[in-house]
Amino acid sequence: MKGLGVTLGTLFETVTKGANTVQYPHEKEAPPTRARGVIALHEGNCTSCMLCARSCPDWCIYIEGHKELAPPRREGGKPRQVNKLDRFDIDYALCMYCGICVEVCPFDALFWSPEYEYSEPRIADLLHDMSKLGEWMETVPEAPELEAGADKKKK
Amino acid sequence: MISAVQLSAEVLAVEVPYWGQSLLRVLGGIVAVLLPAGTIVYVFLFKMMSFMQSRLGPMEAGPYGSLQLVAEVGKWLQKEDILPTRADARVFKMAPIVVLVSTFLLVAVVPFGPDAWFTNFEAGVFYALAVSSLSVLGILMAGWASANKYSLLGGLRAAGQLIAYELPMVLAVIGVIIQAETMNLQQIVLAQNTGSIFGFDGLGNPYVLTQFVGFIIFMIAVQAELTQAPFDMPIAESELVSGYMTEYSGFRFLIFFIGEFATAGVFALIASVLFLGGWGIPFAWFGWTDIDVVANWMNLVGPVIMITKMMLVAFIIMWVRFSYPRFREDQLQRFAWKVLIPLSLANIAATSIFKVVM
Amino acid sequence: MSITDRVLGDRQRLAYIASQAADARLNVELETEGMTLNIGPQHPATHGTLRIIARLDGEQVVWAEPSCGYMHRGYEKLAEVRTYPQVTTLVNRIDWLGSFANEVPFILAAEKLMDVEAPARAQHIRTILFELSRIANVSLFLGDLGVQMGAITPVFFAFRDREYVLNLIEGATGGRFHPNFDRIGGLKDDLPKGWIAETKAVMKKLRTFCDQIEDLLFGNEIFQSRTRGIGVIPRDVALQYGLSGANLRASGVDWDLRRDHPLPMAWNKADWKVWTHPDGDSFARCWIRLQETREATKIVDQLIDTIPSGPIMAKVPKIIKVPEGEAWVSTENPLGEMGYYVVSRGELGPFRVKIRSASFNNISIAPWVLRGVYVPDIVTVLASLYFILGDIDR
Repeated sequence: MKGLGVTLGTLFETVTKGANTVQYPHEKEAPPTRARGVIALHEGNCTSCMLCARSCPDWCIYIEGHKELAPPRREGGKPRQVNKLDRFDIDYALCMYCGICVEVCPFDALFWSPEYEYSEPRIADLLHDMSKLGEWMETVPEAPELEAGADKKKK
Repeated sequence: MISAVQLSAEVLAVEVPYWGQSLLRVLGGIVAVLLPAGTIVYVFLFKMMSFMQSRLGPMEAGPYGSLQLVAEVGKWLQKEDILPTRADARVFKMAPIVVLVSTFLLVAVVPFGPDAWFTNFEAGVFYALAVSSLSVLGILMAGWASANKYSLLGGLRAAGQLIAYELPMVLAVIGVIIQAETMNLQQIVLAQNTGSIFGFDGLGNPYVLTQFVGFIIFMIAVQAELTQAPFDMPIAESELVSGYMTEYSGFRFLIFFIGEFATAGVFALIASVLFLGGWGIPFAWFGWTDIDVVANWMNLVGPVIMITKMMLVAFIIMWVRFSYPRFREDQLQRFAWKVLIPLSLANIAATSIFKVVM
Repeated sequence: MSITDRVLGDRQRLAYIASQAADARLNVELETEGMTLNIGPQHPATHGTLRIIARLDGEQVVWAEPSCGYMHRGYEKLAEVRTYPQVTTLVNRIDWLGSFANEVPFILAAEKLMDVEAPARAQHIRTILFELSRIANVSLFLGDLGVQMGAITPVFFAFRDREYVLNLIEGATGGRFHPNFDRIGGLKDDLPKGWIAETKAVMKKLRTFCDQIEDLLFGNEIFQSRTRGIGVIPRDVALQYGLSGANLRASGVDWDLRRDHPLPMAWNKADWKVWTHPDGDSFARCWIRLQETREATKIVDQLIDTIPSGPIMAKVPKIIKVPEGEAWVSTENPLGEMGYYVVSRGELGPFRVKIRSASFNNISIAPWVLRGVYVPDIVTVLASLYFILGDIDR
C-alpha cells in the first residue's frame, strides 16, 4: 500500500515542483568543468613529438610533420632545426575519451573541453583536423580550484 | 428506438428517419469507444505515468504533447504489415478485430443520459458480462495463430487468467443487482440516483458506499480482465516481449493497442454506471423522482458526467498499474479462486440478508 | 511447411533429430511434449546479450543452460599489446556500471609489482570513488529489479538518483561512466572545490531513494511473494560454484573482501557493517544489495569527512616500466569478487592479464538453480543473481 503512496507523492511533486528531467533541445544542462567532451589543440605548443599518437589506445591521432631550418636565434649562429606540424587529426569516431593523450603531452598542447554537441550525419566528418581542433580551444575552461588539503599543483 | 425519436424530437427539434437514427447510433458508438480510449491514453498513460516517474512525458507533438496520440496512430499506420510465414493467416488477421468488436458491443449497453442510450436491454448487465468475455477468444486466437512460442505462452496464460477472473467480476456485480432489483443498466442508474442511504438522500445511493466490497472486487477483476499490472502476465514485457501481441505490427497492433485502452474506458464506464451512479447526480438536488421528469439538458450533461466518472475510475486502474509488480501466473489464479470468489460469495450473502431485513 | 522441408546439412539434421529424441523421451516419461525455449540474446530481460536455452515442461523448467560469449571483446588479448595506462582505460569497460571499481584491482596489482604505495590521500579518495561506483551500480540494480518484476516506476527513480552520483564522478574525473582516473601510484587529479559538500548532499538523496525503493518495491506483498523462497541457493552450493559478493552473503556466508583482505585502501578507516542473510533466496539477494547501498553511503559519509591532506600521487617515473613478477589482487566489487592476475616482464605493458570477473562465476550457477522453477521465476532468479554481460564475457 505504501507503494501507491510513493507514486502518488511523486505525481504531486512533479506537478508542483517540476520534473527531474531536462527538456534537451530547449534547455541544456551545463557539464562540470572537467567533463571530457572534446580535445582541443594549441598548435603553437605542439612539437610533433608523437607521444600522444603513440599512447592512444585506439591510435586515433594522426600526426605528420617535417623538419625545417629556422633562422638562428643570434647573429652568426647555426640554423636550428624545428619540427613543423603538417597534419594533426583526431578521429572522434575511434576516440575513447580516455584522456591519455592530454595527460602525456609534455608541452601542454592538448586540452579537454566540455563541449559535446558535435555529432555529424557522416562518420567521415568526425575526423577533426588541425584547424577545427584549434577552434575548440576557445571552449576550454580554466582548471577548477582544488579542494582543501590538496597539494599545490606543480607544473 | 422510441427514445431516439424522443431525443431527436425534443433536443434537436427535428424528425430523424430510422436510417438516420442508426447512423447517429453508429457514430455515437464509435465516439463513445474511441474518445475514452484516446483520453485515457493521453492523460494517464502519457502524462500521469510520466509525472509519477518524475518526468514530463511527450511534450513535442502539439502543446504539452496533446497530439502525441495522432503521431502514434500515424506511426503505426505507416508500418509494414508483417505476417509470419507459419502463421495461420485468417485467424491471425481476425484476432485483433474480435478483441475490438467486443468493446464496441459492450459500449452499446452503457447509458449516457436519460434518453441518450444506444440500447436498453432488460438484461443489460447480463449482456455486458457475456460480451466482455469475447475478448478472451480474440487473445487466444492471436496467441495460437502467431506460430511463436512466446505468443503461445502469452495466449495460454491470458486464457487462464481471464477465465479465472470472470467469476469474481460476475459475482461482484450480483450484489449490485440484488440491491437495484433489476438488470437494466438505466434502471440501476435511476435506483442509485433516486435512492437514499438510511433516509439521507443528499447523496443518492451510489452502490460504491453500500457495496464497497463488491466495488473493490470488481476493480480487481477489471484490472485482471484488462491484463494490466499487477495482472499482466500475458504481456509480461520483460519475459515474453509482448506475449500474444508479439507478432503483430502496424495497423493490427494499433487495433490491439486501441482495444486495450478502449476496453479500459468502457469497463470504467460500466463501473461508474454500476457503482458510482452513472450519468446522474442525485436527483434529490433537483426534486426529480422518475425518469420522465428528468430535464432534457441532462442528455447533454449526462455524457460529460459519465466521462468524469470514467476518468476517476480509470485513474485508479492506471495508478495501480504503474505502482505494482506483477503476479506470477499461479499466484494470480490462487488469488482469484481462493480469495476473491469466496469474498464475493460472502458479499452476495450479506447483501441479500440486508435486502431482506431492511 | 514443416521444419524438415528446409535444406539442412547433415549435422543439422542429426542435431534436430537428437533434440526431437530428447523431447520424445520427455514425451514418453511424462506423456507431455517438452518445449525448448530460447531466451535469446536479444531480450528485454537479460542484462545484455545473454542466451539461456531452457527446456520446458508446461511452465516448469526441466533443464536450462546459459550460453554466453555474445559480448566477448577479447580483453585479455588486448591487454597483451597495450601499456599500463591504456589497459586501465580498457578495463573501465568490463563492468560498465561501476567502472571505477574495475580499475582499482588492476592498479593495485601493478603497484604491488612496483612495490609502491599510493599516498594516504589517494587511497582515501580511491575508496570513496570505489564506494560511489558501488552505489551507482547497485542503485541501477534496484530499479531494474522493478522492471523485471513488472513494476515500471522504480527504474525511473533509480536513474534519477543515479544521475547525482554520475554527476559527482564526472565532476571529479571528467567521465561519467568511464572515469579512467586511477594511475599507478595514485590518482590523476585532485578533487575540485565544492565536491565534498556536494557529495554529502547526494548521499542524503540516495538514502531517501533507498527508503523509497524499500516502500515501493520491497515492502510490496506481490514482490515478496514473487521472490521469497524462489531460487534458494544453500551455503555449500554457493561456495562450490564460486559465487561472490551479495549472492554469497545472501546464503549466509560472512565473506567480504573489504574487511578480510587488507589492501592499501581506506575501508578500515570507516565503521561499517557486513550484511548477511540466512535464507539464500532471491529476496535475500535483493535485500542485501539494498542494505549494501545504504552502507556504502555511510562509508562515503565517514570517509569524506576525514580525507587526509597531502600529495595525490607517489613519486613514480613518468614512463612506467613495471618490474618483472606476478601479482594477484582481488577486491569486493559491486558485482562480487573481481581480481586481476598480472604477469609482467619488465616492459611498458603487462605480458599477460588474467581477469577474474564476478559475473562469470555468478552465472555458472544458473543451470543448478533454474531446475524446476517456473518460467516467470527464471527472470526473478537471474535478476536477483545480477550479472552484467560485459563482466561475464569480457
